[in-house]
Amino acid sequence: MDYVKLAILAAVALLAAIAANLGHDLAYSVHALIIMLVAGGLFLWQVRRVDEVHAVPDTSGYMDGPVRYGVVATAFWGVTGFLVGVFIALQLAFPVLNFDWSEGMANFGRLRPLHTSAVVFAFGGNALIATSFYVVQRTSAARLWGGNMAWFVFWGYQLFIVLAATGYLLGSTQSKEYAEPEWYVDIWLTVVWLAYLAVFLGTIIRRREPHIYVANWFFLAFIVTVAMLHVVNNISIPVSLLGSKSVQVFAGVQDAMVQWWYGHNAVGFFLTAGFLGMMYYFVPKQAGRPVYSYKLSIIHFWALIFLYIWAGPHHLHYTALPDWAGTLGMVFSIVLWMPSWGGMINGLMTLEGAWDKIRTDPIIRIFVASLAFYGMSTFEGPVMSIRAVNSLSHYTDWTIGHVHSGALGWNGLITFGCLYFLTPRLWGRAKMYSEAAINWHFWLATIGIVLYAASMWVTGIMEGLMWREVDANGFLVNSFADTVAAKFPMYVVRAAGGGLYLAGALLMVWNMWMTVRAAPAREGAPNDAIPAE
Amino acid sequence: MDTYSLFRQIADSWVLLALFVFFISCILWAWRPGSRAQHQEASALIFRDEKTGCARECATCDCKPKLDMPHDNA
Repeated sequence: MDYVKLAILAAVALLAAIAANLGHDLAYSVHALIIMLVAGGLFLWQVRRVDEVHAVPDTSGYMDGPVRYGVVATAFWGVTGFLVGVFIALQLAFPVLNFDWSEGMANFGRLRPLHTSAVVFAFGGNALIATSFYVVQRTSAARLWGGNMAWFVFWGYQLFIVLAATGYLLGSTQSKEYAEPEWYVDIWLTVVWLAYLAVFLGTIIRRREPHIYVANWFFLAFIVTVAMLHVVNNISIPVSLLGSKSVQVFAGVQDAMVQWWYGHNAVGFFLTAGFLGMMYYFVPKQAGRPVYSYKLSIIHFWALIFLYIWAGPHHLHYTALPDWAGTLGMVFSIVLWMPSWGGMINGLMTLEGAWDKIRTDPIIRIFVASLAFYGMSTFEGPVMSIRAVNSLSHYTDWTIGHVHSGALGWNGLITFGCLYFLTPRLWGRAKMYSEAAINWHFWLATIGIVLYAASMWVTGIMEGLMWREVDANGFLVNSFADTVAAKFPMYVVRAAGGGLYLAGALLMVWNMWMTVRAAPAREGAPNDAIPAE
Repeated sequence: MDTYSLFRQIADSWVLLALFVFFISCILWAWRPGSRAQHQEASALIFRDEKTGCARECATCDCKPKLDMPHDNA
C-alpha cells in the first residue's frame, strides 16, 4: 500500500512539474509548482515511513485532531482575512495605498476577492468543518467515519484556500462573485467536499444515538446544498488543460441567474444553515440549558431550506432578468423573514430564566450579540430585496454595510464564541486563560461592527440619493466622482471600525495561545464516546 | 411542445403541489400529538456527557445530567 501511495505521489509531482513548465499563464504555473511541492513533500514524508511498524491508533474515543487543527486554522485565516479587509478599506479611503510597485498584484481589484474568500471560505469554512466534526461526534456518540479521511478533508481544504488565494493575486479568476477560482481549483474543491460529505454522513449513519440532533440537520443541509451549488455554478470548459482560463457554459442572463442562485444560497446555506448548526449546539451547551423549543427548531429547519433556495433573483432587479423572476425572489426573501426570526427567537429564548448569564458569562454575551445581529441583518435583507428599496440601495455601500453586519456580527461573533468554547475543551484546560480578554474582545468587535455598519448606511444612502438627483431640466446633478469625494469621511470611519474588529481578533489569538500554553488543566477530561442509554 | 414549456408546466403544477404537501406535512408532523416528550428528550441529548468520571458505568453511576427543564414547550 505504501508503494502505491509513493507511485501516485511521484506521478503527481512529475506531472505538476511538467505542467509548471508548459503552463500558458503565470497563475497556472505557480499553482502547478505548489502542487508539485505538496506532492513532493508528501512523497518524502511517506518514504520515511515505508516498512516501519505503524502504531495502531486508539480509535475508541472521538477524533479531535482535525478539530484542533481546524480551530487553529480558523483563527489564522480569520486574522489574515480581517487584515486584508482593513487594508482594502484603507485603499478605498486613501488610493495611494494602491502602490505602483505592487500594481497588478496587490491593488484593490486583486485584493478584494482575496478578502471575501479568506473570510467566508477560509475563516468561515474552517470554522464550519471544525465545529461540524466536533458536534457530529458528540451528538452521534460515534467517532468520525473514514479513518484519515477527515485529515484529507482538512488539508485538502487548506490546499484549496492556498490555490484560490494565490490565483486571485496572479489574476486567475472566472469573474463570478464568491466563486472566482478557476476550473481545476473548482474540481479539487469538489473532491474535497465529497470527502467531507462522506465523513459527515458516515458518522451519522453509524451513530449510537437513535435521534439525529437538529444541529446535524443544518450541517448536512449546508454540506449537500453547497456541493450542488458549487458544481452547477462552476460548469465551465477549460480553454486548455495547460492554462487557467475557462469559458462558462451558461451565457448572458442565464449565467447571471445561475450565479445569483449560487451567490444567495452561499449566504443561505454556507453562512446561515451551517452557522445555525453551530448555534443549535453551542448556545444551549454554553447556557447549560436545552434549546427553547425543539419543535420550533424543526420548523425553522424546513422553512429555511424550502424558502432560501428561491431568493437569489432579488440580486438582479432592473436587469435583463424577467420581472416575474425578480418578483418571485423578492416575495420569497420577505417570507424568509419569518423562519429567520423564529430561529433567532429560539436561540435567544434558550436563555429564558437564565438571563443573568449575559452579565456574568462573556461567551454567552458574544452568542447573544451574534443572534441579535442575525436578527438585524435578516430583517434588513428582505427590506433591501424589495424592488423599490433596491433601486436606491443596489450598487451602493448600503449593501456592503448589510453584508458586514451579517458577516462580522452573526458569523464572526458566533465563531468567536465557538472558539472560546472549544479551545479549553480540545486542549484539556479548565477554561480560557483570560476572561477579561474575552470581554475586551466582545466590546472591540461590537463597537467595530457598529462603526462599520453605521458608516456604510450613511454613505450608501447618501450615494444612492446623489446618483438619482436630477435638476429642474432633468440633468443629473452629481458626477460619480462627486459621490466618491463625499464618501471619504465614512470610508475612514469604516476602516477604523474594521481595525477595532481586527484588534479584537488578535486579542482572541493571544488568549487562545495562552490557554493552550498556560491555563490550568481540566480535571478528568472525558473524551469517550458515550451514547445515551 | 418544446422542452422548456413541458418542464415549465410540470414544475408549475405537480412538482409545486408535491413540494408544498411535503413542506406542510413536515410541519404537521412536528406538531403531531405526543411529539413533546420526544422533542424534550432530543433537546437534552447534547447534555448526556455532562457528568464526568462515570463513562459507560451507568449501572453504578447516574449518567443523566441534572437538568432543570426550563422550557416545557419543547
